[in-house]
This record gives sequence, structure tokens and C-alpha cells, in this order.
Amino acid sequence: MLSPANTGAKPLVSLNNVGIRRNGRWLVRGVDFSVSPGEIVTLIGPNGSGKSTSAKAAIGVLKPDEGTVERLSGLKVGYVPQKLAVDWTLPLTVRRLMTLTGPLADKEMMAALESAGMAHMRDAEVQHLSGGEFQRALMARAIARKPDLLVLDEPVQGVDFSGEIALYDLIKQIRNTTGCGILLISHDLHVVMAETDTVICLNGHVCCRGTPQTVSQSPEYVRLFGSRAAQTLAVYSHHHDHTHLPDGRVQHADGSVTDHCHSEDGHHHNHDHSHDHGHDHKHEHEHNGHNDHDHHPAGERHA
Amino acid sequence: MIMIITLRESAMLDDFFVRAILAGVGLALTTGPLGCFIIWRRMAYFGDTIAHSALLGVALSLLFRFNLTLAVFGVAATVSILLLLLQKRQALSADALLGILSHATLAIGLVMVAFMSWVRIDLIAFLFGDILAVSKSDIAVIWGGGIFVVAAIVWLWRPLLASTVNPELAEAEGLQPERARLFFMLLMAVVIAIAMKIVGIMLITSLLIIPAAAARRFSPTPEIMAVLASLIGAVAVVGGLFGSLTYDTPSGPSIVVAALILFIFSLLPRLGRRQAQGQGT
Repeated sequence: MLSPANTGAKPLVSLNNVGIRRNGRWLVRGVDFSVSPGEIVTLIGPNGSGKSTSAKAAIGVLKPDEGTVERLSGLKVGYVPQKLAVDWTLPLTVRRLMTLTGPLADKEMMAALESAGMAHMRDAEVQHLSGGEFQRALMARAIARKPDLLVLDEPVQGVDFSGEIALYDLIKQIRNTTGCGILLISHDLHVVMAETDTVICLNGHVCCRGTPQTVSQSPEYVRLFGSRAAQTLAVYSHHHDHTHLPDGRVQHADGSVTDHCHSEDGHHHNHDHSHDHGHDHKHEHEHNGHNDHDHHPAGERHA
Repeated sequence: MIMIITLRESAMLDDFFVRAILAGVGLALTTGPLGCFIIWRRMAYFGDTIAHSALLGVALSLLFRFNLTLAVFGVAATVSILLLLLQKRQALSADALLGILSHATLAIGLVMVAFMSWVRIDLIAFLFGDILAVSKSDIAVIWGGGIFVVAAIVWLWRPLLASTVNPELAEAEGLQPERARLFFMLLMAVVIAIAMKIVGIMLITSLLIIPAAAARRFSPTPEIMAVLASLIGAVAVVGGLFGSLTYDTPSGPSIVVAALILFIFSLLPRLGRRQAQGQGT
């Protein structure tokens, strides 16, 4: 499958060896990735692994303490944050939400609301929307700006499974019709949108990266999630064998501690075919869904 | 300094009453939109803290024979910026920081005033306001300052509102929420400097918060809420002053009581919410 990302366009944003520290602790370090026009990049990783931090660095909300972030000049960003609570005292309808950060023609507003399936809710107060409706309203707001780069921080949180598939369909449609680059943060460590061009797994640094396409076509996966889901979602299975200590050093599964983690430290992938990771991975040829991988060390918790 | 005088002791509907209404209405129109942001952003305690710091400004102005309004603005602005910087360090919770600064500045102001045995000031007038003593130049300051503040709020409206909903979203989409926040805090300092004479240090935040809270139920958009808060504040000022005239009560607190009555009225009919909910599914 030829993705638009392969056309060789200049990246919208690229992070080069980015590190961000707070209170003497590195939240992320050594993060490298870029998003090109028409490309969907998905960030996955356990809680606290720096997914949101990396995304915020990409859009300039957080300044990197080391490394560089390059954005195209005049880059227009549409952002759907992870947590957004609107105080009841603020009277905000969906319609008013749409023009929150910039003016918008009525026609474009309605087109965006319709594509997100929220046109009938345009006069509702946002405090009365359900989780999924609110996410779709936020998505409509972000796409109405016609952004070059759309950043979605866990857009399907609090949305049921069929709603999740509908939202992923919407994201795919946005990419296909507008050709914008999309940086997506997944709430699930293993399941990503099938259209994702690049999956980047973070655990305080970039653990591994790859494409999810082939996995989603595997018979085991289709059996597990159904063919409809398989068109939309894909398993990106891998496991980590080291943890990052608060001081930035790395503790490995065998108990040894080093200053950095090395590519050969082993972020073991279980993809069913080999794609070029640029470093030596062990491909174990087992893709039994995402329930049966042992994650060690035991310190990692997955919801 | 003149003690809080009640209207019955003086000539009815004299010039000063018109001046009081002009000053009060001018202030209420300014505090409406600002007060909306105070409640949307949950900054009521912040407003109180900045207001309390005004007494330190009063003391400094007496000590250095400096213009009172400018001294109060200077101290209020300094405390706001200090709060911004301290909050960034995240050593103490914002709540605890406000508690410390609020009472520390008030206490330092009181102690300094007590030390200056050569000046005799009427503390009650500073704490609870003296709207019946406003002069023509005070009115000029209130309206001039008020027009400046409202113009600034209109100019900052979009970044302020967007960062109220989510600062990171505002930042990501190029609206510079930090700058808007800094300007907002300076505007608060301006309003407190000009409001102190009218409702006093202890009651300033009530004129910010109560009209805005009363406006919420009748407001379908943030913009309407800001305008309604101004109008409700103006009604409270006029009502409070006439109440003070009729019942021989102190003017500042009477205005606050009038605002409170309007707020309670806004809670009674459950019309606004029902209509808004009817739009949803």
C-alpha cells in the first residue's frame, strides 16, 4: 500500500533528539520522529511514557530542553487535547466552540460539523455532551481550521468500541480528503489505527517504530476483532524489557543498569514479517493478538 | 478622610449622589467582563488576594507621599506577577500561595499604617469603600480606566477565552495564552486600583464575581454573559445606592447586598437552563 507519506514531501514537523525534563527528571529523551503531509503517525506507550509530552513538544506547547524541533514556517495546527473540562459557569455551545481560536465561515463550520456527525448538536452546550460527542465536537473544531497538522491526543478515550471505529473512520477520511499530516496518540498500548503509516512506541525514549499494516491482515487478528475492526484497527505487538530510572539511567531485565538504552537492548517485536527498523530486532513470529505477551520487567503497568 | 456617611445625614440627591451613581455604574460596567473571566477561570481567591494587597499599596503611598491609585496598582501588579512566577515553580499549591500572599500583604499594610503615627487614616473607608466621597477627578479616573480596561478585554478576548477552555490548545493554535494571562492580571490590578475607593478592599471581588454569577443562567454565549454581568452590576450599584439612601445603610455593603439579591433572583426561575437543554437530544 502506497501511503501519501512516501511521496517525499518535506516534513511538517520533525523532532531531532528531543529531551524534556521537569524537576530534574527526564520525561522523554532522545525522541526522533517527523510527520509529513498526508502521513499518520501514531504514538503508543505505557502511561507516563511521554506520549503527550512528545506531542506537545512537536506543536510548540513545550520547549525542548535538549534537541531541536523544526516546524514548517506558518504551520497551521489543529489540536485535540487529552483532557478538556469546560467549567459549567462558561456558557459554551458547540457552535461557539467551533470559533474558539479563530473566525470561521458558517458554511465551513457546518461542513466540519457534518463530517464529524455533530451538525444536529450545534446548539447544544458542550457540558451536556457525552464523552464521544464531545470528542467529535473537538475534532470538528480542529478540522474546521483546515490545519496542515492535526494532533489528536487519545481521541477515542471514553468512546465505546463501535464509536472508536467510527472516529478512526473519520480520521482516515480527514487525511484522505485534506491531505494533512496527523499525529495520533493511542490510549491502547497495542491497538492502533490500521491506516497508520508509522507507529512509534515511546517509553521515555523511542523504543521502536514500524508499520502496523501487515499485522491487521493476519487471520488471528481478524478472528479476534472481526473483519470490520480489522479494516480499522491493527495490533502493534512488542514488548519492553527494560525500565527507565528517575535519574535517566536504564535498568535491564537482567538487573544491570546502564546510562543509555541501546538499540540492541531489545524491544522485541512480534511482527510477522521483517521491516527495516535500522537496528537489530528479534522477530519472534508470533502474533496472537495482544493479550498474551509477557511484559517485563514487572514494573510496567498497562491498563 | 471622611467616614462612611449615610445619605440621610446629608442633603438628599445632592450632587454627590449623582457622582456616586456615575462612579459606581462606570466601575460595574468594567467589572462585568473581568468578573466573568474570574469565575470561568476559578480565580475568585486570586482576586481576593490582589485586592488585599491593595492595603499595602495604601501604606506605601502614605509613606512615600505617592499617588494612591498608582501605588495600589503598582503593588497589585507586583503581587500578580509574583504569583505567576511562584506558580510556575510548583513548590506550593496555588491555593496555599494565595492564602499566604493574601493575608501577608494585608497584615504588612496594617502594620505599616500603625507605625506611621504621623498620618491619620480612616481604615474603614479603605476596607469597605467610600463611594459618596468620590470627586469629579475620581470619576474621570474610573471612566478613563474603565474604557481602557474594557477595550483591552475586547482586544484580548479570543486568546483569553481560548486559554480559559484549554491553555495548551490556545498555545498550539498560536494564541499566546501566557501573554494574555499576564495582561489579564495587570488589568485586574488596574480595576482594583480604581475600585478600592468605591467598594473598598474587602468588597471588590464581590463586585467582580456576583454580577457575573447572576448573569450565567441567562447567557447562551460568553459574550452575552460579559455584557449581562456589566448590566447586572450597574443595576446593583443603582439599587444599592438607593437602598442606602432609603434605609440609611453604608453604601459599599448596600451595593454588594443588592448584587446578592439579583444573584438569588437569577437562581429562582429555572427558565434559562431548560431552554438550553431542550436543544440537545
